[in-house]
Amino acid sequence: MQFWQIQTLNSFALGGLLFLLSSGFALIFGLMRIANLTHGALFMLGAYAAVSAMRAGFGLALAAVIAALSVAVVGGLIERLVLRRLSGNAQGQVLATLGLSFIASDFCLIVWGGDTIPIQTPAMFQAPLRFMGLIFPTYRLVVVGIAVVVGMVLYLLMERTRLGAMIRAGVDDMQMARAVGIRASALFTTVFCLGALLAGLGGAVGGPIFSAYPGLDSDMLSLALIVVILGGIGSLVGTFVASFIIGFIYTFGTALLPDLAYVILFLPMVIVIAFRPTGLFGTIRT
Amino acid sequence: MKRSHFLLLAVLIALPWFAGEFYVNLASQILIAVIFAASLNLLVGYAGLTSLGHATYLGLSAYISAWLSLRMGLGHAITAPAALLLTTLVGCCFGWIALRASGLGFLMLTLALSQIVWGLGYRWVGVTNGDNGLSGLTRPAPFGIDLSDSGAYFWFVLVITTVVLYVIARFVNSPFGATLRGTRDQSRRMSSLGYDVWGIRWVTFVFASFIGAIAGLLYVYFNKYIHPSVMSVTVSAEALLAVIAGGSGTLAGPVVGAALVMLLKNYASAYVERWNMLMGIVFVFIVIAMPAGIVPGMRTLLQRLKGGQE
Repeated sequence: MQFWQIQTLNSFALGGLLFLLSSGFALIFGLMRIANLTHGALFMLGAYAAVSAMRAGFGLALAAVIAALSVAVVGGLIERLVLRRLSGNAQGQVLATLGLSFIASDFCLIVWGGDTIPIQTPAMFQAPLRFMGLIFPTYRLVVVGIAVVVGMVLYLLMERTRLGAMIRAGVDDMQMARAVGIRASALFTTVFCLGALLAGLGGAVGGPIFSAYPGLDSDMLSLALIVVILGGIGSLVGTFVASFIIGFIYTFGTALLPDLAYVILFLPMVIVIAFRPTGLFGTIRT
Repeated sequence: MKRSHFLLLAVLIALPWFAGEFYVNLASQILIAVIFAASLNLLVGYAGLTSLGHATYLGLSAYISAWLSLRMGLGHAITAPAALLLTTLVGCCFGWIALRASGLGFLMLTLALSQIVWGLGYRWVGVTNGDNGLSGLTRPAPFGIDLSDSGAYFWFVLVITTVVLYVIARFVNSPFGATLRGTRDQSRRMSSLGYDVWGIRWVTFVFASFIGAIAGLLYVYFNKYIHPSVMSVTVSAEALLAVIAGGSGTLAGPVVGAALVMLLKNYASAYVERWNMLMGIVFVFIVIAMPAGIVPGMRTLLQRLKGGQE
């Protein structure tokens, strides 16, 4: 009983982190029509930035904010300095992000070394929560809470604000959006920063669960790709649902069949691709 | 074939007589990388499908051959064809999945599929021995010729590389190759002319995975050891860099590109441990500064020079 309950909560926590990671990826893909292959590296950068911030004496909450903001700046620089030069050449942009992801992961290796660095769970969340005879690791609940809040904020941002309306217009028809006076250039930078911010936040918040280690980037990038393929590109709801589906499949797969967890990840993706190439909720066919 | 090609071939044949063992081994590695890049070029250059998961086929065929000989005790006469066949079958499946999309969707699917296979290589310890890799492998002895010497193995690789490049050239210049380029440039038009665009792409994908599997066999025979990192995105990216740096969609491009990438990797790692960082920088540089690649770049430069003289 305890096993199922803990694993269920772990699944939700992983799903929440995957949502933080993938929503940014999906946002960037939807608007700019590029697959940002640095996204895993940005997540890792968030985790390492949190490590440094905590070493400087900040608590995890503040460290996460610092990490998210600094990763957002990195994202903005990537968009301004590199991707901007390749506008109109989607394939070139994707390959440039691939090159940047190698640079970023090697950079982390130089700065933070090759050993796994654990991140402490904040003291106030260390004691497990007891409720109706069941025990819940508190921090996992906090992670789920953060993901849900971020999801709601993103939803409101997209549906209720002027910026959201501009992004939606850009996703639907970039040329038309430009014609009615939306500044695509500023919009791209904003969205790229926002996506990077979410990835960095995910890395920092996920720190106590994953720790920071070299290779975190490529683990997270594969999960993000699978989530986005499964959920459908350009759909926030799809990304949300798929994040939790993959969170469950991966957690239970790893717990029950550790050798074959990756194959189990593969199955839902294949089934969805076979019957619905646009993904569960997607509307854009790539 | 032009005279320069024969000259190059003659120099390569003579290489083991005048070059030291280090350089002969380096040359073998370059040739293996050439085969691998040439197979990826079929997809990237001729089909217009950028795959980021080609290392899967190199790694799978290497692993299958290694596993069959270590765990099943089978000889090379069986393991080699079995590895090629099974890897090509995986190529059939993965091609079917990845080609549900084109463009960036294809890229993401190939990357996701290869990451799954790579993860399997690390995690499925019972079969792959995980992070320790599989060691204790041997090289085959075709027709009783011993290949354990670096020179002999180099000639073996050279023969196979020549045959593979010839087959690829025939494939690309055949009517099928022409329709393939048609699907790259004008997929809708080809489709309305009655060509089965999906089928053409799928056949090319399977063919590319078969050639990639050949590179995998040569790779595992060369190293006599296999580690999951050979299936990582780094290896796929190296091959893609070779194709793009050399010039995708040309026959010579991947040859030049693979040689450059391997030389760079070898010399760089002799001085610094930062191959990943260097590769990333080269990647960004090539994409921004030389998007058509070195071979087409040089060709236009030469034409311009000739034009200037006239």
